[in-house]
Amino acid sequence: MVALLRNQKIRGIIFQLLTVIGLVAFLWYIGANTVANIEQRGIQTGFGFLEGTAGFGIDQSPIPYTEENTHGRVFIVGLLNTMIIAAVGIVFSTIVGLLIGILRLSNNWLIAKLAKAYIDFFRNIPLLLQILFWYNVVLRAMPNPKQSYNFFDTIFINNRGLYFPQPEYNTTFLAILLSFAVAIASASLFNRWANRRKEATGKDFFVLPWGIALFLLLPALAYWIGGAQLHFSFPELRGFNFKGGKVLSPEFLALAFALTIYTATFIAEAVRSGIEAVSHGQKEAAASMGFSPYQSLKLVILPQAIRIAIPPIINQYLNLTKNSSLATAVGYPEIVTVFAGTSLNQVGQAIEIIAMTMLVYLIISLLVSALLNWFNHKMKIKER
Amino acid sequence: MVLSRIAKVSLATVTILGLGVTTLSADTLSEVQKQGFVKCGVDGGLPGFSEVGSDGIYRGIDVDVCRAVAAATLGDAKKVKYIALNAKERLTALQSGEIDMLSRNTTWTETRDTSLGLNFAGVNYYDGQGFMVTKKLGVKSAKELDGASICLQTGTTTELNVADYFRTNKMKYKLVSYDTNDQVVKAYESGRCDVLTSDQSQLYGLRIKLAKPDESIVLPEVISKEPLGPVVRKGDGRWFDIVRWSFYAMLTAEESGVTSANVDAMLKSDNPDVKRLLGAEGQMGENLGLKKDFAYQIIKQVGNYGESFERTVGQGSPLKIQRGYNALWTNGGLQYAPPFR
Ligand SMILES: N[C@@H](CCC(=O)N[C@@H](CS)C(=O)NCC(=O)O)C(=O)O
Repeated sequence: MVALLRNQKIRGIIFQLLTVIGLVAFLWYIGANTVANIEQRGIQTGFGFLEGTAGFGIDQSPIPYTEENTHGRVFIVGLLNTMIIAAVGIVFSTIVGLLIGILRLSNNWLIAKLAKAYIDFFRNIPLLLQILFWYNVVLRAMPNPKQSYNFFDTIFINNRGLYFPQPEYNTTFLAILLSFAVAIASASLFNRWANRRKEATGKDFFVLPWGIALFLLLPALAYWIGGAQLHFSFPELRGFNFKGGKVLSPEFLALAFALTIYTATFIAEAVRSGIEAVSHGQKEAAASMGFSPYQSLKLVILPQAIRIAIPPIINQYLNLTKNSSLATAVGYPEIVTVFAGTSLNQVGQAIEIIAMTMLVYLIISLLVSALLNWFNHKMKIKER
Repeated sequence: MVLSRIAKVSLATVTILGLGVTTLSADTLSEVQKQGFVKCGVDGGLPGFSEVGSDGIYRGIDVDVCRAVAAATLGDAKKVKYIALNAKERLTALQSGEIDMLSRNTTWTETRDTSLGLNFAGVNYYDGQGFMVTKKLGVKSAKELDGASICLQTGTTTELNVADYFRTNKMKYKLVSYDTNDQVVKAYESGRCDVLTSDQSQLYGLRIKLAKPDESIVLPEVISKEPLGPVVRKGDGRWFDIVRWSFYAMLTAEESGVTSANVDAMLKSDNPDVKRLLGAEGQMGENLGLKKDFAYQIIKQVGNYGESFERTVGQGSPLKIQRGYNALWTNGGLQYAPPFR
């Protein structure tokens, strides 16, 4: 026995085992205590509440929702709204971030400094303040519905949101949607063919005009094939508010805008450090081989910079998704506002509801880290 | 069964660890006496109900219930630690033991009373939900609000009542909801919504605080019953009794004509009701585990219900709310305390 304890390896195992047992016992004690407290005071438990009627309205929902729906549906609505705001934020912050990151390295002194000022300014102001600023300051500056800013009677901006026409859902509309997908696919095939031809023959082929032609002709063709029945519902002032068309609420706009502006600063920094990390010699080598600056950026610098920049950028996407829960401040109905907020308050089952909400964020985080691992694996420098 | 127990406990553990732990005691009175103050959850920014003055002192009809409980249990109405809570936080704060009692214009409903592990100890203000609109709209009745945008606070009965009202009247509305009252008022003032809805008592208070009070009116309809009262955790019967009878002591004092001004003189009264109330006769204090003079302390330091009402929301306040439903039953109102005997 004593000999066993003297054995370092075995001693290590025993202590680790004891630690684990202690930890589990401690956690069990906390959990059991809570459950006992809850049961003693007759607080509802379980997930039955998900089938209970919610009873409250939600302003924006991508799927049909009325106050007669269940808390389970509130969960779905909240989840979808989280995904929408995250998707919009990711797309726009990537575009803005890439642009600013490249401008930051511009040889033009003024442009580089402006880009730096943008980054320093927006990165250092707490995001919540930025959301409240865009919401309260910009919203207050907008006119009421009767005095909306009117763009050709089709787009209206007022303190209730941004209104624009919405196409009716029919075969023509579907055909046009489809034609865009086809256009994208064929353009990329075309591009690949042009590249391959260049590698083989050294002849440049200017794809751009052909690409543009594709994007114009295919939808036009689709419109005609689809029955030429494209109708729009236009926003129109009736009673208190605009009816018809589609509206983006001020809450959504403020949140999307703030998330974009804020996250773009981090993406810009990731892009900059990615580019700067590529050794200067690479650029000089490219130049001495007669590459134009554009060619050297596209063929030499970016492919290497991306490998360094993408992982931090993906992390920013995750941050953006989590930050979207700051929506509670302005009342955009994403999952934390509407499910972990309103539903929790009406049914009072904090444990279940918070656990479900944490699970959502956990799954998103795990998916993102899986994506990162896959990317790192794929991008590993392949030794030949 | 065992499995579901394991699942339950693990779920609780994971979530509790995520939230931070508080231990709960089932004997709030001893706890309060040990800590030397009552932790009372209030709104903190609601004129007439609970508001911090420029001197840093909390005042209001809800605050007076906290003070009454402190006077009853600790002999000093000032021994209250106020914790300002918004609508969303308040019930969780009570459930988790962050506060000893909640007195924050909270409506007594079946769900809250039965499924949340809470108990309502009484009704210190009978209220109902109303609407405020800008005069510009030219609306005279809530029935004309079809299609309107409505601002309100989440986590309230308010949002449920609006949904019911518009559905039963076959009207549509656009909901704009926030979790702080501040944001609700800001949004209403900036024109984000046409209508602000809340408990009627608050509409008048909110209206005075607007930049241009004259441009808004409160519509005549009252669409719900909102009995507001103090709340405690379930499972501590004695504490529940203390909060309930501290409030009833204020009502009984008004009914018997005992005020903060005459309570010392009343100690010599031969009216048996007054004698029992002030502890000269009977076991009222002892029954609650308190001193004999607990009600005397409440009346002396806080006043009777009528005094509290007039000082905080009635004629002695900027709100000038009539007693209405909140008059004593002897004056045609609903306020009624069971006998002190
Ligand atoms: N009595 C209702 C509503 C209580 C409530 O929180 N009302 C809001 C306005 S509708 C309020 O008090 N706001 C004041 C604040 O948060 O400062 C309830 O218990 O649900």
